Amino acid sequence: MKVIKLISKNVFRHKLRSILTIFGIAIAVMAFGLLRTVVTAWNAGVDASSSNRLISRHAVSFIFPLPYSYRDQLQKIPGVTGVSFANWFQGKYKDNSPDNFFARYAVDAETFMELYPEYILPNEQLATFKQQRNSCIVGKKIADKNNLKVGDIMTFEGDIYPGSYDFTVAGIYVGKDKTIDETQLFFHWSYLDERMKDVAGYGSGNVGWYIINIDDPKASASVSESIDAMYVNSTAKTKTETEKAFQQSFVSLSSAILVSLEVISYVIIGIILLVLANTMIMSARERIREYAVLKTLGFTGSTIAILIIGESLAISIAGGAVGLALTFPLANGFGNAFPTIFPVFQVLPSTILLMAGFALLVGLAASVFPSWKSSRISIVEGLRQIG
Amino acid sequence: MSTLVQVNQVSKIYYRGTIEIPVLQNLSLDVPEGEFMALMGPSGSGKTTLLNLISGIDRPTSGSIVIAGTDIAKLNETQLAKWRSQNIGFIFQFYNLIPVLTAYENVELPLELTNLSKKEKKQRVEGVLNIVGLSDRMDHYPKQLSGGQQQRVAIARAIVTDPTLIIGDEPTGDLDRKSAEEILNLMDRLNKEFKKTIVMVTHDPHAAQKAHLTRHLEKGELMINGDGK
Repeated sequence: MKVIKLISKNVFRHKLRSILTIFGIAIAVMAFGLLRTVVTAWNAGVDASSSNRLISRHAVSFIFPLPYSYRDQLQKIPGVTGVSFANWFQGKYKDNSPDNFFARYAVDAETFMELYPEYILPNEQLATFKQQRNSCIVGKKIADKNNLKVGDIMTFEGDIYPGSYDFTVAGIYVGKDKTIDETQLFFHWSYLDERMKDVAGYGSGNVGWYIINIDDPKASASVSESIDAMYVNSTAKTKTETEKAFQQSFVSLSSAILVSLEVISYVIIGIILLVLANTMIMSARERIREYAVLKTLGFTGSTIAILIIGESLAISIAGGAVGLALTFPLANGFGNAFPTIFPVFQVLPSTILLMAGFALLVGLAASVFPSWKSSRISIVEGLRQIG
Repeated sequence: MSTLVQVNQVSKIYYRGTIEIPVLQNLSLDVPEGEFMALMGPSGSGKTTLLNLISGIDRPTSGSIVIAGTDIAKLNETQLAKWRSQNIGFIFQFYNLIPVLTAYENVELPLELTNLSKKEKKQRVEGVLNIVGLSDRMDHYPKQLSGGQQQRVAIARAIVTDPTLIIGDEPTGDLDRKSAEEILNLMDRLNKEFKKTIVMVTHDPHAAQKAHLTRHLEKGELMINGDGK
C-alpha cells in the first residue's frame, strides 16, 4: 500500500463532493482561459505588429487625410526601405448587420503586399490583383464565411465614400500563422481615388495613412522624428509612430474593459481557491481521527501533510485538465461566433501555461492550512474526535 | 520474568485554560515481559491516560517510562514515532481501521514504515490475517465486516510488525458477548503462543479475567497490587 494509493482513494471518498469540486475548478480554469483569450485577442493586432513598420498619420486625428504627394518625399528619407499607404473604406456589404462587418481598406496595390509579408498570397493571384483595378483581395475567413472564390463579385455600398462598388475577388490570402487577421479586404486605392474624382468631385489625392518600412527597428524613433519634422510647417502635419504604438492607440480606448476582464479572471481563480480550501478543510476535519491513528502507527506529521497536499493537488490537477480540455472547443466556438470582432481568437501557449499554473497553485494553496493543522494534531486529541 | 515496562513516579497533569487537572499522581508500575495485564478502574481514574503514556502517544508531566531499556519520555517526536512503529501494537475500542482500505491494506499499513520487501510484506500480512482467522476476508473493506471481524483486522494490524508490546484500550468495549469472547481468546493466544506482552484497559470484569494480572486505578493512583485471578 503506498501513500499515492491512499491519496487516490481519499480523493473519491466523497464522490459527489469531489466531482463537484473538480467540475467547479474546471469551470473556473475554463472561464479564466476564455477571459485571458479575449484580452489577448483584443491585443492581437498589437502583438502581430512588425517592428520594421512605422505608421504616419495626420497629427490632429486619424480621421484627417494626408496628401498623396508625401509618398515620394517619404521614400527619400534615410533608413526608409519602402512606403505604402491605405485608406479606411468601411462601406456596407449585404446589409448593416454586425455579422457582415469586416475591415475594408483601399491600398496601394503595387506596394502594400510587399510591406505585409505575413499575408500569404499566391504570386499569380497577386499579379491579377495588380493588373485589375477593380479587383480585391480577401482574407480566408471572410472568403469561407461568404463562400467566395476567385472571380466572384463583391458589391459594396459606400458610406464615407458614396456610390456602389463592385470588386472582383482576385486573391484569397492566408496568415503566415494563426495570429494573423484573415478577416480583411484590400482593394485599389487608385480605383477609389478615381471614383472620388468622377462621382463625388472631392476627396481625391488623399490617403488615410502611410506605412513606412525601415531597415533598422532601432532607428524607428529617429526616422519618425525626421518625418514629423519635415511636415511641421505644413497644413497636414504628421504623427509618426511604430505600428505597435499605432495599434496600441486603438486598443487603449478599451483599456478599462480589458483591465476589468483581467481582474475578473483573477477573481475567479481566487473564488475557486476558497472553494477548494473549504473542501480540503472539511475533508481534513472529518479525518482527524484517522490521522491520529496513522500517527499512533508511527507515521509522522509530514506523511499526514503529504496526504492532504496530494489530495488537494489531485483534485486541482483533475479540474485543471478538464478545464483545459473544455477551453479549446469553447474558444473555437466563441471565435467562430464573433469572427469580425475577434479576427484572431486562439488560446495562446502562455494562456495554457497560466491555466495549468493556476490549477497547481490553487491545489497547493488550498492545502496549506489543513495540512499544517492536521500534521500538528495531538494523537490523544485526535483519537477523541468523533466521526 | 524480566521487567519490560517500568513506570517510575509518573504524574500527568492536563490543563484546561489555567486550571490544572491532575490525572496521574506519582504512579509506579512494572509490567514483566510476556505478561498479560489488565488495567481496571472507574471512568476518570486515569487508566487510558496511563495506557497512552506507556504506548508513547502522550508524554508524562514528570517521571520516567522505560520500555525495553528505552526512556521514551526523553525521545523527540520523530524518534518517538519511529519507536512506536517498531515497538507498539495498538488495539483501539472502535477498531479505527481506514475505511477506504481493504483488510489486507489496513494490515499492511504499518509495514510501509519498514524496509521489508514486497514479498516479505505479503507473507507477513497473510500470516497475521491467517492467525486472526480472516484469510478469506482480506479483500473486504471495513464496512463489509462485522464489529468482531473489524477488531480482528485491528489485532492483525497491531501484531504485523511483531511489536514488543501490545496495548489494548477496551478492545472488547464495542462488541457483543460472543465477539468479545473471540477477541479475548485471540489475545490470550497471542500471549501464550506468541509470547506477546499485553497491557489492556477494560471495564469488563469478564475481560479482565482473561488477563493474568490485574491492576486497579482510582483517582490516578494504583489501589492494589493484586492478582486478577
